[in-house]
Amino acid sequence: MEIFGIPLQALLAQLLLGLVNGSFYALLSLGLAVIFGLLNIINFSHGAMYMMGAYVAYIALSGFGVGPVFGLSYWWALLLAPLVIGAFGMLIERLFLQWLYKLDHLYGLLLTFGLALIIEGVFRSQYGVSGQQYSAPEELGGATDIGFMVLPNYRAWVVLVSVVVCFSTWFVIERTRLGAYLRAGTENPQLVQAFGINVPLMITLTYGFGVALAAFAGVLAAPIIQVSPLMGSDLIIVVFAVVVIGGMGSILGSIVTGLALGLIEGLTKVIYPEASSIVVFVIMAIVLMVRPAGLFGREAR
Amino acid sequence: MNRFAAGFVLLALLGAAAPFVGYPVFLMNALCLGLFACAFNLLLGFTGLLSFGHAAFLGSAGYVAAYSMKFWGLTPELGILAGTAASAVLGYLIGSLAIRRQGIYFAMITLALAQMVYFFCLQAKFTGGEDGLQGVPRGNLFGVISLENDLVLYYVVLAVFLGCFLLIYRTVHSPFGQVLKAIRENEPRALSLGYDVDKYKLLAFVLSAALAGTAGATKTLVLGFETLTDVNWPMSGEVVLMTLLGGLGTIFGPLVGSSIIVTLQNQLADRVGSWVQVILGAIFVLCVLLFRRGIVGELAALFRK
Repeated sequence: MEIFGIPLQALLAQLLLGLVNGSFYALLSLGLAVIFGLLNIINFSHGAMYMMGAYVAYIALSGFGVGPVFGLSYWWALLLAPLVIGAFGMLIERLFLQWLYKLDHLYGLLLTFGLALIIEGVFRSQYGVSGQQYSAPEELGGATDIGFMVLPNYRAWVVLVSVVVCFSTWFVIERTRLGAYLRAGTENPQLVQAFGINVPLMITLTYGFGVALAAFAGVLAAPIIQVSPLMGSDLIIVVFAVVVIGGMGSILGSIVTGLALGLIEGLTKVIYPEASSIVVFVIMAIVLMVRPAGLFGREAR
Repeated sequence: MNRFAAGFVLLALLGAAAPFVGYPVFLMNALCLGLFACAFNLLLGFTGLLSFGHAAFLGSAGYVAAYSMKFWGLTPELGILAGTAASAVLGYLIGSLAIRRQGIYFAMITLALAQMVYFFCLQAKFTGGEDGLQGVPRGNLFGVISLENDLVLYYVVLAVFLGCFLLIYRTVHSPFGQVLKAIRENEPRALSLGYDVDKYKLLAFVLSAALAGTAGATKTLVLGFETLTDVNWPMSGEVVLMTLLGGLGTIFGPLVGSSIIVTLQNQLADRVGSWVQVILGAIFVLCVLLFRRGIVGELAALFRK
């Protein structure tokens, strides 16, 4: 069976790959949206956090090159990376970001851009620009034949776990008491503070949570792409386009947009491979012409 | 006006004397990047628009100039004009899309669209992909004056730089420039005063892109090659840093900032490798946290006291 003159197997494989990328877009743009909601900062270092998440997995397994080899498995990394990077993020927030909330939003972008340069530079001087191999855990190796296609287990796992994490986040923010505080803090921090909620602490934790999501995505990505210092900056620009397309007003919107754009990108790889690296940007341009506020956006200033 | 005139004359004299002290090619490269930063400052410093994709204009103009001089045999001045025109057109396209959103979104959109330009240059046939365009001839200015001599070329580049610099000064201090500043200070109020804000923003964007293009095309003429470095996002970040370090919204600031950054990169690149990036990032962080007015801005504030 063929579609667009391409065997169905190949088409489905590319679509799955697109969905995998879409999962990363969703996890990252979700984190960006949560952070922006409360901090009014676009976190340019989000890509660097994602990259560091992957490196936590790499280092947890094989150490620093000198000294002991830790040998901690993928599953440990999946738990450890969000915690370590989340804590690192909270430190960053306390040290740097907290001084910027009263200033123009652009300064937050510039500061986090500087941080991204620093982090990337440190990792480059340590690991060079070439990638490190990190293999998928044995439990998730191989593939399953599900009749109409052969499903690589690891990729299926990435999509599944990303969707679960994204929707859990959505549930916590939209349906629980904690999420209600968060949403109230987004609308009017002074008022929430007056109700006796520790808003600065909430901000710190939110930033930590946002970058923890990025680190989580980094660990998921480690076995698929090579772990390299440049993996973050390659991704973050596409994620910015995703955020512009979806608009940052809606949590659900950023998840759906991320997944959908991954799929479209995968589809483009099949139909017209030359355009696959720019298709997200082209869609962004079209959305800007038709609906400048973004698909799910309220015009936020 | 008088203070500017004094500063400008001093700048011209310094510029004229510099090649007898420093290495001309380095100085020409610094002048081009200085012009790039001044063009960028027209947008960020005077209109309040943060474009995170200015490398697209620097690089595209460089490619157009390199291609037209190498394969069509255009003379240098026509090559620079072709590059400038290409960047102006690209600026119109990117600008019309980007001004549909404000603030932080504007920055993200310009970054994303510039990345699209980068991927285009990576894949298109005429740019030479990863290798870039090498061996661009310097040619003869107006078809008669040979630019093979570094010193001759230097004075041509200096003239281009000073001309563009005057144009930027004139723009900033024209009624048009005053409207740009009004938009920077309070966009809704400028709108309610009856100014067609979008038109002004777009015009500022195109002008800034075109001048960035002049810088890029001239840089290609100087170095004799054009590669993907000029069109990639780190270059967009660098120009923000140059302008921020020198002083947003000051006339001479971007020039000071770019001179420092270019010198720093030149001095450090061989010695510390990837740590250059760390140092640039650290300067970024320090500027944002401690002196947001930049070097020239802080000095001006000091003298005013």
